[in-house]
Amino acid sequence: MNNRIQKKLQQDKKLLSIYFTAGYPNLEDTVPILKSLEANGVDMVEIGLPFSDPLADGPTIQDSSTKAIQNGMNTATLFEQLEDIRDHVSIPLIIMGYFNPILQYGVEAFCKKCKDIGIDGLILPDLPLAEYEEHYKPIFQKNGLSNIFLITPQTSDERIKHIDAASNGFIYMVSSASTTGATSGFGNEQQSYFKRIQAMKLKNPTIVGFGINNKETFKAATEHSKGAIIGSAFIKLLTNKGIEGIASFIKSIR
Amino acid sequence: MYNVNEKGYYGEFGGAYIPEMLYPNVEELRKNYVSILQEPSFQEEFHSLLKDYVGRPTPLYFAKRFSEKYNTKVYLKREDLCHTGAHKVNNTIGQILMAKRLGKSRIIAETGAGQHGVATATVCALMGLECIVYMGAIDIERQAPNVARMKMLGATVVPANSGSKTLKDATNEAIRDWINHPTNTHYIIGSVVGPHPYPDMVARFQSVISEEISTQLSEKENRTAPDYVVACVGGGSNAAGAYYHFLDHPAVGIIAVEAAGQGVNSGKSAATSALGNIGIIHGSKTLLMQTADGQITEPYSISAGLDYPGVGPMHAHLFTSGRGEFISVTDKDAMQAGISLSKLEGIIPAIETSHALAIFENRKFKPDDVVVVNLSGRGDKDLNTYIKHFNL
Ligand SMILES: Cc1ncc(COP(=O)(O)O)c(C=O)c1O
Repeated sequence: MNNRIQKKLQQDKKLLSIYFTAGYPNLEDTVPILKSLEANGVDMVEIGLPFSDPLADGPTIQDSSTKAIQNGMNTATLFEQLEDIRDHVSIPLIIMGYFNPILQYGVEAFCKKCKDIGIDGLILPDLPLAEYEEHYKPIFQKNGLSNIFLITPQTSDERIKHIDAASNGFIYMVSSASTTGATSGFGNEQQSYFKRIQAMKLKNPTIVGFGINNKETFKAATEHSKGAIIGSAFIKLLTNKGIEGIASFIKSIR
Repeated sequence: MYNVNEKGYYGEFGGAYIPEMLYPNVEELRKNYVSILQEPSFQEEFHSLLKDYVGRPTPLYFAKRFSEKYNTKVYLKREDLCHTGAHKVNNTIGQILMAKRLGKSRIIAETGAGQHGVATATVCALMGLECIVYMGAIDIERQAPNVARMKMLGATVVPANSGSKTLKDATNEAIRDWINHPTNTHYIIGSVVGPHPYPDMVARFQSVISEEISTQLSEKENRTAPDYVVACVGGGSNAAGAYYHFLDHPAVGIIAVEAAGQGVNSGKSAATSALGNIGIIHGSKTLLMQTADGQITEPYSISAGLDYPGVGPMHAHLFTSGRGEFISVTDKDAMQAGISLSKLEGIIPAIETSHALAIFENRKFKPDDVVVVNLSGRGDKDLNTYIKHFNL
């Protein structure tokens, strides 16, 4: 397997990845946002499939999900919007969502559709490692999808090694014990966690997410990792300035 | 066979579909709960609190006039006589002792009607632990007396303002709190829902109900099991407790009563077995009410305690395997049954419980059948709803 994520990870630079909720602020914004992110030099995108009960998310992403669902976003609509995306956008695209909507669509059908469209990976925070390995791994692999797992400061070394072995892209390193959008900054505690993981010399690179909202936090997060993901701060930008605000936001990060 | 397996499943239902942030907490509990439960000192403390603080065993009362009306033998298991007025406290006593043994200093809980919140605040007061209860903003308005009770007991009540602002969202908020407090906090879930091991742990704490039923029946009827055991199902904890020791006795009929709200097909219902299909809610694979594309929908019932869009995985398995008989009862029929029991037996039941009592109108039993109804709670908290409904 050698998809766009794996190729991107081989580039000799720190990667900036952006999360946004599909269907927010407006139902039809998905493709314009993706084009703008690529045009402004973003390395990778997580497209959020909105869910009614996003357990791992703080208020900003929750609210964007609620609004997106009200706007009419759902799995079938997202796939329709992305039908020709590979004619326009070539950076790695990852779908991030909760497992229930995917279960309803059918895991096999969902993964096949992702492959047809040119999606490179999935982040499903509530699909446990054990379930993935027992039931879904062959389906992901058959469709060329990297499954991205999360680790947190509380994840044991033993489990991190297990996750590393099961991963085939990058590992999503959650910066602190929190839901998305918490902004406590990166102090000594985070830095020593980042260093500890770096020292483990995992086979997959790590990309840091949760709590990255400006140049300083991006720099701090990428000092000991391959890249960083900005989510809530980007959603706030869309809320306040819309798609026109993307260029200056990305420039302000690096 | 109907109990949880070593992987945390009831048939195809259950498991722990949780984000990695919760894994250490849930795993800590999973690894330790059985051995803690089996410690003699735990059992001793649990049972002495159930006896002296909760007031157990609760009576198994032969409801003579109610039985005459329906021409069968109906026994009521009087969980309404538990301290705080419902079965919920059996679980919170168990879990607070578990939390202490796990070294936790901070307790969180979700609540809908406020019964579980009150039961949690009560045991936290008893043990001197910090208590934070998440409650939907809409429920806080609907259930003012229980909010006041929680505050009197020293708990902090935090409104859940996300989503539909009811029980499902309060549960989400409690889970988010747990993510943000990964080491010092125990989450006391109020029913047999959530990720494994919660459904099994809560069922074990509530199983004192069926254990007592069995002992009491041997005194009163010279038999250790009834012909039927009937309970209402919100998440399913009082039902799980009432069924527990009879699950593997095929001769015992298991009847689960869900809230039909304004009618199963009215669009305002909480009859999960009729309206739901398999999916994931609050970390468990189970039956739940959802849209075709997997968004969880809002249930409706006149009783806040049955107003949940899922059922515990044990009940999903009882339903799909055919082991349980599932009946749904409308708001109107439940309210009528509540009045009926009050007048016939001098017992005002919680509206949740009234759903279980309402089945006798249409579900007929033989005259010598022994039917145990789990009287899960008392109606004091529901007086306003009864007053409004009947212009009392
Ligand atoms: C009296 C009573 N019965 C039943 C329920 C429903 O919960 P469960 O299905 O977990 O027993 C509640 C919940 O608040 C309740 O207060």
